[in-house]
Amino acid sequence: MSARRIFSRPARFAAIAPYVWMVLFFLVPFAFVAKISLSQTAIAQPPYTPVFSLAGGWSSLSDAFAALSPDNFRLLLSDDLYLSSYLRSVVVALTSTAILLLIGYPIAYGMARLPRRWQGIAMMLVIIPFWTSFLIRIYAWVNILQHDGLLNQILLALHLVSTPVVWLSTDSAMYVGIVYSYLPFMILPLFATLTKLEPALEEAAADLGASPREIFWLVTFPLSLPGVGAGSLLCFIPIVGEFVIPDLLAGSKSLMIGQTLWLEFFTNKDWPVASSIAVVLLVVLLLPLLLYDRLQRRQLEESR
Amino acid sequence: MAAKSSRLSRFNVASLTLGLAFLYLPILILVIYSFNASRLVTVWGGWSLRWYHEFFNDRAMIDAAWMSLRVGATSATVATVLGTLAAVALSRGEGFRGRMLFSGMLYAPLVMPEVITGLSLLLLFVALEAERGFWTVTIAHTTLTMCFVAVVVQSRLVSLDRSLEEAAMDLGCDPVRAFVMVTLPLIAPAVLAGWMLAFTLSLDDLVIASFTTGPGSATLPIRIYSEVRLGVKPEINAICTLVIGLIAVVIVIASLASKLSSDRGESAAPL
Repeated sequence: MSARRIFSRPARFAAIAPYVWMVLFFLVPFAFVAKISLSQTAIAQPPYTPVFSLAGGWSSLSDAFAALSPDNFRLLLSDDLYLSSYLRSVVVALTSTAILLLIGYPIAYGMARLPRRWQGIAMMLVIIPFWTSFLIRIYAWVNILQHDGLLNQILLALHLVSTPVVWLSTDSAMYVGIVYSYLPFMILPLFATLTKLEPALEEAAADLGASPREIFWLVTFPLSLPGVGAGSLLCFIPIVGEFVIPDLLAGSKSLMIGQTLWLEFFTNKDWPVASSIAVVLLVVLLLPLLLYDRLQRRQLEESR
Repeated sequence: MAAKSSRLSRFNVASLTLGLAFLYLPILILVIYSFNASRLVTVWGGWSLRWYHEFFNDRAMIDAAWMSLRVGATSATVATVLGTLAAVALSRGEGFRGRMLFSGMLYAPLVMPEVITGLSLLLLFVALEAERGFWTVTIAHTTLTMCFVAVVVQSRLVSLDRSLEEAAMDLGCDPVRAFVMVTLPLIAPAVLAGWMLAFTLSLDDLVIASFTTGPGSATLPIRIYSEVRLGVKPEINAICTLVIGLIAVVIVIASLASKLSSDRGESAAPL
């Protein structure tokens, strides 16, 4: 038996602890979300009914099962508030992902063309804001965009506008916030793919008479598509469920689904409806999540 | 055109410069304004430490900051142990039952919307009748950050020369000993970087902490968030600057660690 094989068995034992942890604290909780999404809200502790309890014996358990109903999902379908929140979330996420791609690609491309020793520094510079608190970075924009904030002061001083512009509580502010927060998530996968491209391919295309534009669109861009996919999914999925950015920067006229869930949970204390919103959100995200999982796995196999 | 020396076009330089300015200017402005003596953001009243003074006299804020630091350190430590084990299993265990489910579960929290993770964990804690507070937030953050540690450590393990471990075993080490004596020292910088990343992510999280904490144990982001909703306050600028300073220290340590590993002639751990 080779040394590699011998190492493999204890390595598999290493999986046990994180495996148990993730099943217990990641997988099992979804069962509770599913169960409570079928319950009804109640003024009690915990604030829903039925409550499963083994103490009452088999009959009380089966009663509890019988009391489960899909009423909350009917509510979600019948009330425009929920449907429009889902729709808005998907639209906002799609738009933001497109903007992120437009802004992120040139930056990643520029980074990939830097000399090797500069690439590491550029990568650090892109990653550092990701380490810096998310909330703080959104707050930084509240500072800049508020009524007498820096942006309006500059615009007034340059005589570009005559009265302060309302920036906060608008969709533009929200998009600025989203793009600002998620830019590293877009740049890094793109950069990872672009640096791996053989420069010889571009040189060969140039030798064969392709113009720089042709080289980019016919050689570089198609080869970078895995990075485009990874970056887009890495942004799209969490943006759909985003709460903090729309809450602090966008207006309260129309809510994203993360905000609606938050509202139902914290303000209306309606845990069952909040849970059913989460279940539907998961279903909406299932396809992109599976795609992301496949991309992850392929990268994992390639790197082994 | 394709000459190697001029690979960087003017467009490349412009997009790099603008991109970095976009990423850094807002933070810089926030830091500068935290030293503004004036209460009004419009007026520059000269340099002052007034808002820092205010923060250090704000009992509730200090308590929240202390809570966040404790949660961050504890959850980062547990997440580092579990994440490193997971990375070892994924990069060295040749394929085991449930490997697909394992890697899927491990990487899902990277993209899973926080409202879902937060809500589901809270419902679990309620069902278990666990008292909500320090420990529930710590468990939630461990679950969230473990995958980040696993990613960082795994990419280091993959680039590591496996013949070193194999040599150790040929010389009579059992696998566990080979891991502790040979592999672990080599991946230590990545493990440290993973801890740092987990710590800063925990320090940052608002949504999951809001769901899983109990009354009377607010974390710093929860306190900051409730203040920000009421409008911009100079004191918040000061707190944010302190947090940024702390994170800067963490980043310097983490990058020194990864430089250390690249100085040994190995590729640096991606932070």
